Amino acid sequence: MACLARIRDSGDEAAFARLFGHFAPRVKAFLMRSGADATLAEEVAQDVMATLWRKAHLFDPARASVATWIFTIARNRRIDALRRARRPEPEDLPWGPEAAPDQAEALALQQESARLGQALATLPEKQRVLIEKAYFGELSHSEIAEETGLPLGTIKSRIRLALERLRHAMK
Amino acid sequence: MTRISHHLTDALLMAYSAGTLPEAFSLTVATHVSMCDECRARLGAFDSIGGALLEEAAEPMAGDSLAATMARIRAAGGTPRARPPAPRRTGVLPAPLCDYVGGDLEAVRWRPVGMGVKQAILPTAKGATARLLYIPAGAAVPDHGHRGTELTLVLKGAFLDDDRRFGPGDIEVAGAELDHMPVADIGDDCICLAATDAPLRFRALIPRLAQPFLRI
Repeated sequence: MACLARIRDSGDEAAFARLFGHFAPRVKAFLMRSGADATLAEEVAQDVMATLWRKAHLFDPARASVATWIFTIARNRRIDALRRARRPEPEDLPWGPEAAPDQAEALALQQESARLGQALATLPEKQRVLIEKAYFGELSHSEIAEETGLPLGTIKSRIRLALERLRHAMK
Repeated sequence: MTRISHHLTDALLMAYSAGTLPEAFSLTVATHVSMCDECRARLGAFDSIGGALLEEAAEPMAGDSLAATMARIRAAGGTPRARPPAPRRTGVLPAPLCDYVGGDLEAVRWRPVGMGVKQAILPTAKGATARLLYIPAGAAVPDHGHRGTELTLVLKGAFLDDDRRFGPGDIEVAGAELDHMPVADIGDDCICLAATDAPLRFRALIPRLAQPFLRI
């Protein structure tokens, strides 16, 4: 989180190197699990990390963890590179991320995300495999059965609150 | 923001988050999310599953990859780029739809399909089709069933389906089990975005004859 702010504010290359060290290998693994070979995955992972530098100002820590935000960039690149399909994006919120997001709110969201990760790790094997297949692009939407028991309630409420605060701040 | 009472399903949000929906469905989901903070927040929650899965596994990068990435960044201009916030929407159509139409409602190239109903098919990849439908106040879309999934998102006006009312921002998600006949609300003409991943099956003979021409 702090690394992204330093990239955004001062083009800090050391901060970028730290993020790269953690996330580039994870993006590469994500792409390979989605069907890319090692060469393509390496290439796209570099591209994803370069995009992260360029778009650091769009990251909103009150609405997504760093891992979640990088996932969305990697997913979009995967669609371009592997499926050559278009995925229209929702309209940007007219106000974008706050210049100085509430630290406590942002921290709470990051903790909520960590908790979600733990919860996913303890799901029954069958349900977990289904979710992985869905996210690595092996299931159509009609094959994604009703997902009961996914612990999404608190994280959703938190994002919802962040949206409401932004909307309120705009009035 | 109007009160929205009919939302996307979890399966559609998960597939959109995973990036596996056909283009016409992605367009419809993106348009609904543009109008609905509830589903924007739910989508954020589904994206965070992707974030959690991203953290799960790592694959070593090539030895020179950080330097290669920094070179890419410098080649593209170096400093992180700030961008002005998106403008507030002034028209009826949310931004993702405007991209397909080439403007707001006045840019839509309507084609009459009979009974005052008009449609405009949007250019999307095969696998599913998306169209804008214009239904005059009180008129009906012929009784039909589905083989696949049909998404109908109201952009303006409202329609009734049995005893349920769908207003601006509301989305009806109809599966293979549903036979229905949406009727535009009496108050106003209804404009919606409809996406299907299989041809519809009409009950009556005449729409079935017209089907190849309507491309419904």
